[in-house]
Amino acid sequence: MRPVLKKTLMYVLLFAAALIFLYPFAWMLAASARPEAEAMNMGLGASRYSLDNYKMMMDRIPIFRSLLNSIIVSVVSTVSVLVLCSMTGYALSRLRFPGRELVFGIILFTMMIPFQITLIPLYVLMVKLRLTDTYAALIVPFVMSPFAILLFRQFFLQIPRDLIDAARIDGLGDLGILFRVFWPLSRPAIITVGIVHFMGIWNEVLWPIIVVRKEALMTMPQMVTLFEVGGQAENLIAVKLAAASLMTIPIVLVYLVLQRYFIESMATTGLKG
Amino acid sequence: MQIQQLKLARVLVRNRSGYGLMSPYFVFFLFFVAYPLLFSLVLVFNRWAIVGPLQWVGLGNFREMLGDGLFWKAMGNTLLFISIHIPLQIVVALVLALVLNRRLLVRGFFRAAFFLPVVVSGVAVTILWKQFYGTDIGLFNRLLSHIGIDRIPWITSPHWAMPSIAIMATWKNVGLYIIIFLAGLQGVPRTLYEAAEIDGANSWQKFRFITVPAINPAMVMVVILSTINGFNLFIEPYVMTGGGPMHSTLSGVLYVYKQAFNFFRMGYAATIGFSIAAIIMIVVLIQRKLFEHEDN
Repeated sequence: MRPVLKKTLMYVLLFAAALIFLYPFAWMLAASARPEAEAMNMGLGASRYSLDNYKMMMDRIPIFRSLLNSIIVSVVSTVSVLVLCSMTGYALSRLRFPGRELVFGIILFTMMIPFQITLIPLYVLMVKLRLTDTYAALIVPFVMSPFAILLFRQFFLQIPRDLIDAARIDGLGDLGILFRVFWPLSRPAIITVGIVHFMGIWNEVLWPIIVVRKEALMTMPQMVTLFEVGGQAENLIAVKLAAASLMTIPIVLVYLVLQRYFIESMATTGLKG
Repeated sequence: MQIQQLKLARVLVRNRSGYGLMSPYFVFFLFFVAYPLLFSLVLVFNRWAIVGPLQWVGLGNFREMLGDGLFWKAMGNTLLFISIHIPLQIVVALVLALVLNRRLLVRGFFRAAFFLPVVVSGVAVTILWKQFYGTDIGLFNRLLSHIGIDRIPWITSPHWAMPSIAIMATWKNVGLYIIIFLAGLQGVPRTLYEAAEIDGANSWQKFRFITVPAINPAMVMVVILSTINGFNLFIEPYVMTGGGPMHSTLSGVLYVYKQAFNFFRMGYAATIGFSIAAIIMIVVLIQRKLFEHEDN
């Protein structure tokens, strides 16, 4: 094949593919903003665009409350993972203590445990601790993660010893070294752990459905799921799509700004969060 | 005894910094790793409805599971999902990654576009695709009718429902696998291809003997991640079909959920979860062995 032709074909393929990935989202936004009768139009046009469907959804479910809940749960859990797992990663990489290798082995092992095995016992634990229907139930099981510990440990191993010695001479303790010397040097690790963990909690549905029944505590994906399957949306397609859009918009905005970090973080870890 | 306690105390004090920094993990481990694991071992041998006492049934739960048609149905559905999802995922991701690996204008745009569905919530994606899959007014069937193809009962027929979910899942996840393949491809030195050209290798030979071995680790990762994806399937069938029609999209996790929270059978639900976890570990282990074997 002639190189020019080949190149043209490649661009055609790529643009077709991009259309397949992007058009559905454009269609969702358009459909959520047009009258119900036009919701299922193929194109993006409308006789008029309005936020009526969004208003109708807000009348039926406290969607912004659920957005706030999602933000609270995801932020608290992510900050906790960053602080606590970097502490663990620091101890495992830079301090010596009896049992260190054993603990490291255990963490490696726990990473391989499928969640299906702990799901029901973890729910039982929440019931026993009387934590169901609280923010704590949504956060506490996710305040640490073995993957984050390993990532911090790997990253901290590369930091030169001299820096620690110098910091010790300056009188810093281990916490001081971790947060004042290691953290500023660990931006890539912090970004990766932060994004992957945040996305995982933000998009989690199964766990919230299990431990939270009170509407005021529901996270956004959970609320939208129940809106869809619980019948509150009736058969109003445009209203359902408004709920789906409202859930999609915040994360896409963040993604547009931090796109490169999102892609790199998730690809290096192989985790969708 | 006292001397031993003293020794222990001395070890703790001498390493207080290490143990101090580790203490949050120790607490986390006890509550959220060790306890659930141990308690799952208790649950699988008992019948329990959360209220009331545990009722010991020995291997009764496992015996019931082996004779439970719905459990096997869920495992069969998972197998069907995986056997569509994995090949589809690999072909689409590999083709797009190979194209993206060339010198291109606006490569970043394409990369970002393909990756977009990965970051969007599965709930939103499923609600959206439900409108595409509708039998009468769904967008796909109306598109197909333009080119003279009959309506397809995407999510209303037991034969189509699981493949439809597998197609949607591929659309949602493939961006991640494109990036994983791309990383593998970028690790291949250009000189290798040039040397092969000098030796007279054609495009297929270059692909077969340079590209394929180079991306083998990426391939292993894609296969394992897609497999785990299949076993973790929950929200897509929950929102799209509720597990129907005729249990054709019932997934393992959905069945665990139903047993636990519709029928309050905690022991039995834990048994199914335990077994699925065991199956995942075995399947992944076999996949590793197979691929690593091919590597040598």
